[in-house]
This record gives sequence, C-alpha cells and structure tokens, in this order.
Amino acid sequence: MTTISKVRYSRRSLLKSGGAAVAAAALPAPMVWGQETKDITLRQFGTGVSNLNEVAQKVKEDLGFTLEMTALDSDSVTQRAATQPDSFDIADIEYWICKKVWPTGNLQAMDTSKIANYDKIVGIFRNGKLTPESVIAQGTAPHTVGFTSGVNGTDFVDEESGYMTLIPTIYNADTLGIRPDLIGRPISNWSELLNPEFAGKASILDISSIGIMDMAMVVESMGEYTYPDKGNMTKEEIDLTLGIFTEAKKAGQFRAFWKSFDESVNLMASGEVVIQSMWSPAITAVRSQGIPCVYQPLEEGYRSWGGGIGLSASLSGMELDAAYEYINWYLSGWVGGFLMRQGYYSAVPETSKNFMSEDEWGFWFEGKEAQGDITNPFGDVMEKAGAVRDGGSFYDRMGAVACWNAVMDENQYMVRKWNEFIAA
Amino acid sequence: MRNNSVIGWLLAAPLSLVLLVFLVAPIAMIVVVSFWGATEWSIYPAFQFDNYEFLLTSDVTYRVFFNTLKYAAITWVITLLIGFTVAYYLAFHIRSLTWQIALFLLCTIPFLTSNIIRMISWIPFLGRNGIANSTLMSMGVIDEPLEWLLFSDFSVILAFVHLYTLFMVVPIFNTMMRIDKSLIEAAADAGATGWQTLWHVIIPLTKPGIMIGTIFVVAQVMGDFITVRFMSGSQSANVGRMIQNDIGLLQYPSASATAVILLITVLLLIGTLLRFVDIRREL
Repeated sequence: MTTISKVRYSRRSLLKSGGAAVAAAALPAPMVWGQETKDITLRQFGTGVSNLNEVAQKVKEDLGFTLEMTALDSDSVTQRAATQPDSFDIADIEYWICKKVWPTGNLQAMDTSKIANYDKIVGIFRNGKLTPESVIAQGTAPHTVGFTSGVNGTDFVDEESGYMTLIPTIYNADTLGIRPDLIGRPISNWSELLNPEFAGKASILDISSIGIMDMAMVVESMGEYTYPDKGNMTKEEIDLTLGIFTEAKKAGQFRAFWKSFDESVNLMASGEVVIQSMWSPAITAVRSQGIPCVYQPLEEGYRSWGGGIGLSASLSGMELDAAYEYINWYLSGWVGGFLMRQGYYSAVPETSKNFMSEDEWGFWFEGKEAQGDITNPFGDVMEKAGAVRDGGSFYDRMGAVACWNAVMDENQYMVRKWNEFIAA
Repeated sequence: MRNNSVIGWLLAAPLSLVLLVFLVAPIAMIVVVSFWGATEWSIYPAFQFDNYEFLLTSDVTYRVFFNTLKYAAITWVITLLIGFTVAYYLAFHIRSLTWQIALFLLCTIPFLTSNIIRMISWIPFLGRNGIANSTLMSMGVIDEPLEWLLFSDFSVILAFVHLYTLFMVVPIFNTMMRIDKSLIEAAADAGATGWQTLWHVIIPLTKPGIMIGTIFVVAQVMGDFITVRFMSGSQSANVGRMIQNDIGLLQYPSASATAVILLITVLLLIGTLLRFVDIRREL
C-alpha cells in the first residue's frame, strides 16, 4: 500500500471558491494532495442523474484527481456493477440496485468513522426515519440495505453498524407529471393514470422495478387492491397488477412507454402525453421550454428513490484514500447544492445550504415562495419570482413517501411478467 | 502438385481464421451459454433445458416471433416493390451511364447519416402535433390529428422501409445492369408487350438480385431491436427487444436461447428462399 503526502488547500483554490471554502475548511479534512494525486484517475459510473461532468470538473479543481464519468441506464448500471467489478472504481447506484449487487461482493463496505459528515446524514438513510415520528414506507427503504456487518460483509444488517454499503448522495420523491394546460382540471390521485379520459395520452416508464411500483400506487388508488407490501409482491399480486395494466394497454390507454429521461421530456413537451410517470428534472426540462408542466402531489403520497456511492471491492491503496476523500468532499456541500438546485435532495442538506442562496434554499428546501428568478446550476431560469415548488417543503415531500423503489423476492417472475406486458 | 495445395491452404487460412474467431466461435459460445443457468446477478455453467423450456412453452414467445415475422414480411413486400421500381428505372430508363451513377449516388445520400438519426427524425414529423398532422389539418383533409401515425405498427414499418429500401435497390440494380440488352430487343422483336418482357425476361433474370436484397432486408428486420423500440414507443415487441430485455436484466442464458431460436428461424427462412434461386450459379 502506498501512502501519499497531503497538503492543505492551496491559496489559489481558497480564493477561487471564496466563502464556500471557508465553510469547507471548517470541516475536518477536505484536502488537496501533492503532485502524485494528479495521476490518480477514478472511474465512476452510474445513472445520468448525478453523473455530471460539472462534478468531475469540480473534483479536479478541489481535489486534484481525475474522475471519469460514464452515464448508463438503470439496467446497464446493475449489469455492470454485478458482472464487471474491475471496470469501475466508484459505482453511483440506487438502493434497490444495491440490494441486487451487494451480495455479489463486488463492492466494499465503507467505514463510517472515516466519513466526516456521517452524523449529519438525514435519518432516512440511517434508521429509516425522517423525523422521530415518521412511519417507514414500503419497498426497499434505503436504511434496510444501507449497512453491512463488516468490511467484507455481503449481508445487510438492521442497525447502524459502522459499515455502510452505499454513502447516500441523492434522493427524491417521485410522482406523476401532468400537462395542466391540456388536462384543464385538478388531478389528485394516482388512479388518474388509467382514467379513460386520457386514453392514448398516458405513459409509464418501461423500467420494470420502478414501473411496477407506480403501477401498485395506481392499483391501490383505484381501490382494486391494498397490498400488504407493495415493495414485495406475491406472484398473485404481480399477476393482478400487470393484468390491470395489460387490459388498459390493450384498450389503448398508453401512447408510449419511455425508458430514458429524454424520452419522457419529449413525450411531455410535444403533447403526445398529458399524464405520465416522470422524474423531477424532466419536469423542469419541460418547463424551461416554456411549456406548463406540474409535478403533481397526489393524495396517496410519493414513490421515492435514493442513490449512493459504492466503492469497488478492488479499490485499494492510494485510490481508496482518494475515494474516501471524494466521498467526504461529496457530502461537504458543493455537490449537494448543485443537485438541490435541480430539484433533488442532498443527503446532508445542512452543508448544501452554504452553497445555495437564501432564496434558492427557501424555494427548493423550505417550499417558500421564490423571491426572484430561480435558476438551475447551468444558469437557465427555472422559475420566476412568486413560484412555489410543487409539493412544498422537504418535510412535506419526503414525509409523504408511500413506498420506495424496490427489488422483490419474486423479481425474476415479475420481470418475465413485465416483458409479457410490453409484448401484449 | 503438393506445393500447390499448401499454397491453397495458406491462401484460404486468413479468411478461415477470421471467420472462425469472429463468427463461429461467438455463435458456439452463444449456443453453449443458452444451456447455462442464471440467478439474478450471475450466470453459472450447466447443461439444462430450462431456458428453452420457458421460451418454447410461453405463448408470449410465439406472439413475439409472429410479430417479428409480420414486420419482416410487410417490410419485404414494400421494399421489394419500391426497390425493384427504382432499380428498373435506373437500369432501363436512364440511358447515360453518367446519369445512372449520379442518380444512384443520390439514392445513397440519406445513408451518409446514422440510421438512428434517420429513424428518430420521423418522430417529430409524425407526432400528434407534428408536421404531417398539422399539414393535413390545415389542408382540411382531417379534423383531428391521426393517432396511428406514430407509435404504431405503421410507424415501425415506415421506418424499416425507409432504412432498408436501399439494400433492395443495390443488388437488383446490379443484376439488371448485367442483363444483355439484346435479350430485351429480342423479346420486343418476338412481339412481347412491355409487361410480358418484364414478367418473362427481366424478372427471371433479376431473381438473384432480388434474392440477395431479400436476404439483406429480412435478416436486418428480424434482428432489429432499436427501430421497434423507438418507433412503437416501446409498445410493441419483437425478438430483438426480447433479447435486449433479457440482457438488460442479466439473463444472458435466456437471451442466448432466444438468439439461438432466432438464428435457426432466420437460417430456415433463408434456406427456403435459396431453394428457389441458386445464387451461386446465377452470379
């Protein structure tokens, strides 16, 4: 194992990041290394959500090493994490993917004592509770697959064991996206997705593990069935759920199914679809084209998801040190602010606050009315003054989570049935 | 004599090696893996028929194979009609070689862009508020946008025809150019009408070209997955998408089994076609 010398923040980077760096310097150890770190390259892959080149650039600036980003869809991410452990150093994956990939031993546990902001990580990722009174939602809740028994553990444990499988980085509460201008009346239930009023104008995403959860929300909302656990259906429940949707598909309810972010934006923006499962930044992407689009809060609650960073089992030595440095940097606020200004949430909101203006924090996190124009990190105006975030504050939104994206025990059966649904 | 045969072997060796490494070995591997087993995240060597059993006993498989054959058949008929007409025009109605070459190159221009782009550009054109619908509405032909223009079998086949017609034009044009013009004059002298010449002289002599074009088009449509996904809005399935889904979900053995069945189907199809025309003799 090689060790490397570390030097404190260089004066140049201090000046560059200004006040932000002062906040960062107050935290234990975000450091820049000497010359040898310039040669370190960490290969990160994940879904497009947080695999952003801006993050890689900022890493180069702040930490000195190179981060290579590869963005893939959820299926490919799972596939790669499970089958090609040597093709990556850092896996940026969702918790339900973790449930699938962790038992392969391709990732290594992370020692929480090396994570500076561990204590500030929101409760959802530690004991499952957002606030002490929160009820834990159905599905693969992040804390259930967030901890393992030791460095080489391939199991999951219930308590905060000190060894994390993934370091949480990003999460959100998803719901249906609608075109209020084309619908012209209030929408307040998941069941509206199968309302014949929107025949030929509805869509759902074609990623089985997420799609099935949206379907379950719809089925419950229609009053057809109440699941004991939406996140872990029996074969009969899977048949029932997909049966209802197959019938709707044959009746021409759906215009299309989408698999990638861009597809969902295009379907909505072109007016091909007026109601569909959608992701938060897709809504803003439609809205920034000047087209009205609402991320509609629904009575039954949200379907939520969370992602985190996992380390490849083959990572060691200097690279492993660099990876820990990266994780600490990740939670120290800049990325959090960057993601929160796109509508996601950061695992350590309080550090992100330092990297957002008061107005931005008020709008995105506290659900307050925007005082001025709200821009995204790329400088595009997302919302004008006076706008309020759909669904309100962090606690309103994350507190109304009905289920988490999940992998079921009957996953293989579900996948086969899903394929039949697509082929039907 | 002995020397000659050594040279013969040596000359054949590079191609045989290439084929062995890049064609035979991968197919052999696919066949082997198709008997393996899979868990959710790994595959393990075995010799079991589970994959085939699940595949051949599921009515979804039959529906999907039927759908794939349907796409292939319809696309084949349309590309053949268009391809034959274009080739015929180029070969027999354009007199100067320069113009023939110029017009032929014109046909290939769209193929200088990626086929994904050619395909996706149909989407805004055919959409509910797309150019096609708004034009038809402003002309007063229709009152409401036509929904079936996009994300339907119509759009899938339209894209296929657009993508693959050239593969029909080229071989047919090629064989037509080699038809001895005096045969056509002889037919005319013997009192044959234009249609009779076409039916009894040109089509029989063009068969090898038609057959090669057919093989190109059928093989491409049968193996496609991306056109069907985009143009049907993921609502229709063909065999290619079934394989793609399996691969996405790490079910390599089941994907391999589907691929083997698809390979057998396509080989049978082409074998049957080749019984009608002996390409080797005609070329």
